[in-house]
Amino acid sequence: MKKVFIPLIVFLGLVVFLAIGLQRDPREIPSPLLNKPAPDFSLSTLEGDEKFSPAQMQGKVWMFNVWATWCVACREEHPVLVAFAQKHNVPIVGLSYKEIQPQDEAAKSSPEVKLQVARERSVVWLKRHGNPYVTSVMDLDGRVGIHYGVYGVPETYIIDKQGVIRYKRVGVVTPELLADKILPLINELNKS
Amino acid sequence: MIPELGHFALILAALVALIQGVLPLTGTFLRDPQQQVVLQSLARPTAALQCVLVAFAFGALATSFMSNDFSVSYVAQHSNSLLPKAYQFAAVWGGHEGSLLLWVLLLAVWTLAVALFSRSLPLDMVARVIGVLGLISVGFLLFILTTSNPFERLLPAALDGRDLNPLLQDPGLVIHPPMLYMGYVGMSVAFAFAVAALLSGRLDAAWARWSRPWTVIAWTFLTFGIGLGSWWAYYELGWGGWWFWDPVENASLMPWLVGTALIHSLMVTEKRGSFKAWTVLLAIAAFSLSLLGTFLVRSGVLTSVHAFASDPKRGVFVLIFLAVVVGSSLTLFAWRAPRVTLGGRMGLVSRESFLLANSVLLVVATAAVLLGTIYPLIIDALNLGKLSVGPPYFNAVFAPLLVPTVFLMIPGSVARWRDATVREIAYTLRWTALAALALAVALPFVLGGWSFGAAFGLFLGCWVALGTLQQVLDRVRKPGRIGASFWGQHVAHLGMAVLVIGITGVKCYEVERDVRMQVGDVVTIAPYTFRLDSFSDVRGPNYKAVRADVQVLRNAELIEVLQPEKRRYFSSAMPMTEAGIDSGFMRDLYVSLGEPLNDARTEWSMRVYYKPFVPWLWGGILLMVLGGLLAALDRRYRKSTQRVDA
Amino acid sequence: MKQLWVHGLRGVCVVLLTASVCFGLHAQPAASTPALREAAPMAEDPQLEARLVNISQELRCLVCQNESLASSHAELADDLRREVRDLIRQGKTDQEIKDFLVARYGDFVLYRPEVKPLTWVLWFGPFVLLLVAAVFLGVYLRQRRQQLVPAVLSDEERARAQQWLKG
Repeated sequence: MKKVFIPLIVFLGLVVFLAIGLQRDPREIPSPLLNKPAPDFSLSTLEGDEKFSPAQMQGKVWMFNVWATWCVACREEHPVLVAFAQKHNVPIVGLSYKEIQPQDEAAKSSPEVKLQVARERSVVWLKRHGNPYVTSVMDLDGRVGIHYGVYGVPETYIIDKQGVIRYKRVGVVTPELLADKILPLINELNKS
Repeated sequence: MIPELGHFALILAALVALIQGVLPLTGTFLRDPQQQVVLQSLARPTAALQCVLVAFAFGALATSFMSNDFSVSYVAQHSNSLLPKAYQFAAVWGGHEGSLLLWVLLLAVWTLAVALFSRSLPLDMVARVIGVLGLISVGFLLFILTTSNPFERLLPAALDGRDLNPLLQDPGLVIHPPMLYMGYVGMSVAFAFAVAALLSGRLDAAWARWSRPWTVIAWTFLTFGIGLGSWWAYYELGWGGWWFWDPVENASLMPWLVGTALIHSLMVTEKRGSFKAWTVLLAIAAFSLSLLGTFLVRSGVLTSVHAFASDPKRGVFVLIFLAVVVGSSLTLFAWRAPRVTLGGRMGLVSRESFLLANSVLLVVATAAVLLGTIYPLIIDALNLGKLSVGPPYFNAVFAPLLVPTVFLMIPGSVARWRDATVREIAYTLRWTALAALALAVALPFVLGGWSFGAAFGLFLGCWVALGTLQQVLDRVRKPGRIGASFWGQHVAHLGMAVLVIGITGVKCYEVERDVRMQVGDVVTIAPYTFRLDSFSDVRGPNYKAVRADVQVLRNAELIEVLQPEKRRYFSSAMPMTEAGIDSGFMRDLYVSLGEPLNDARTEWSMRVYYKPFVPWLWGGILLMVLGGLLAALDRRYRKSTQRVDA
Repeated sequence: MKQLWVHGLRGVCVVLLTASVCFGLHAQPAASTPALREAAPMAEDPQLEARLVNISQELRCLVCQNESLASSHAELADDLRREVRDLIRQGKTDQEIKDFLVARYGDFVLYRPEVKPLTWVLWFGPFVLLLVAAVFLGVYLRQRRQQLVPAVLSDEERARAQQWLKG
């Protein structure tokens, strides 16, 4: 093969990569936490002062859903989650992520007041849109979110009986996604 | 009505471009001389007609903007009735569709220029060059007509537009994209000449001589465009950065690097008839990188602050276009290049070999930038994960590659053609070397502290500056007329030196203070004092702002009152920072307003910068632009010669 | 002797040039200014902040369109900077902080890709290319010289040439 063909061959290789690249989303970040134990935490819940920790879910396959009342996309996915919770025996735990935003009036209050306001808002919202969660933990400063690699809302995790993260979805959970990916995975995990 | 006329003009332009692209080229393949002339003569008139049609379409779009016609979807997305008139015009290229129309307009203008200023070229070459340019125009016009029509109607019409992105509401927008596009598009001329040479089999010194002024002018525009972009980011973004290795910036740097290599390689081909295949390849590469840049910026494969809103359909079209244009020209190259003759002798150490080394170094630097820019894409495409390649990588890899390139500028321009020796070059440059070394060692102490990085950068800059000065003095002392291209070369090289010193100075010696200020507070960066005097509310044509009055004193003497602003445009939720800058010859003083720290808005976070040598960045680039202009305007290109040099 | 003068003069010029540049750039001693309140730095701990800036310049803001963690105003960026500050206060090294973020967000968060087999081509490719190109260049130039041996005239041809030149 002559040297003069090198530029053409290199270029064609480049085109192939660019073509593949067109089908990818450069902003989607795969999670390094897949197949790793779900990070432990202990947070107050929506309901009361008894804290929740993921260890309590050992032995069950469960869904961990990151949401907030200010999140517009969450309203889109919420009915899907509500329907899912009603139909299937898979517990969904909500992570109320940074409910009080920095530009919020309540942001300057004490932590207790912030928690109170966040709970009130979330309860009202869930009453209106339905509550698919067995419980919802209040991550007011986003720290737990960071441990889970959360960078946007909504995000959803599927965690198995041993507490290992098996799936992460960044973005809205659609009925198609539930049918094609999530349910089959849960069924499989439940068998083990 | 006018938008429809504009749309129609574009359709006609596409048809004319098709004729322009196909018929003259066909004429070069025919045997019958009369048929040849008839078809080839179509080149110039079709080029002129296409230009008129595209200009009309552009005018139609501009009219829609200036008359606030919000029934045109593109106008509604990018303009607003409160937008100042100048920005209403510039908003024509504020989005994807309009900027493509600008691209096509400038391509038509360059083609017309080739048609007008090619009297000394044989007709078949004119036919080929204009033909190739016509085919490129067809591609872009089809792209616009099928995926990116700026004349699409919005029914019912919007009451008012969404306004131009506040970041773009700035004189920089009016001039940066047109200059940049003149550069990108200008590379198509060198490309067309290269393809024409390959098609005709006439790859010789004459071809190099014809190509060079076009390439130099394109390069000059590109240099100016990149410099403007950098300057604009510097004062517009509010925190004084001027180069971020963003994919879109890289997309403009790559054709510039290869364009520089091309200009130097053309010199050798013109003078000694050597490196023809390499020069042709560089010409193809320069324009290919322009097209690649167009793809990267508009397809959505890379994230960038500059990226236009992306649409996969557009990405596919551009990729196919890119594949066809570059693929076919590289195939033509592979087929025709081996037949090219070798040219004159040269020694291992000679002007020619230095210029070849310059080519190689610049191409490797370009490859590094390209690799860094698309590596995340490659890794993702291979399903190996997602990673980021940012400024730390580019700074670590690009700088070492550019150091030898810059250093060799001086020995390369001193070396004799054909044969030179290292000894004689070293001897000629001994005083320059010593002086540069002395300055490099001494200056850092004066500028604020010794560091090896500062000394190294200063050595490089002084080496080029003094070496250039030496050559100018040596030449001036000799008798004989000095052509403009001599001045062009050395002014451009001096510009590079000034740029290198500027980069070294600002990176090594800038001081930043991130402070909280109330009225009466001062920040001291010796010997300057910045005193916050007052806050006031101001109102602009389409925004409201808080303005701070900051007095800048030097030794208790008032130099300037800076007025940084925090603006809230009516059309956008995003607050905008307008920095207050005092520019001197040797330094910039830069103040930007952050956020209010209390409810009463009496205390704000502010950033105060002392940025030495920043004006040298712009000065260096302007010198390079001046050098390019001088080189392109050399008399020998303007004299029309009938003789074709062998 | 004249050569010595010329060289000596050149040397003196260089020294004078250097000295005058130094004087020109040297700051004048500041006149005493009346005592004014020096603005407090935004950061509570400038040293910690400086370290934060150094580290965060090499990290990516995950929700921005290609901005570093240092310069981004996004909310997540604020949160991540807060985390990094905490980690610095806990005495973690730069590498440990980067590992912390990579464990949660993957390699994407690093602007300086780690040097590992996956990125060898990225880091070493350009330099390998330079080496290869330099070798090719040298070989090419040498080959070229051998290919184009200048034609040598025979004595008879030389005599003929002389005649033509004269006539």
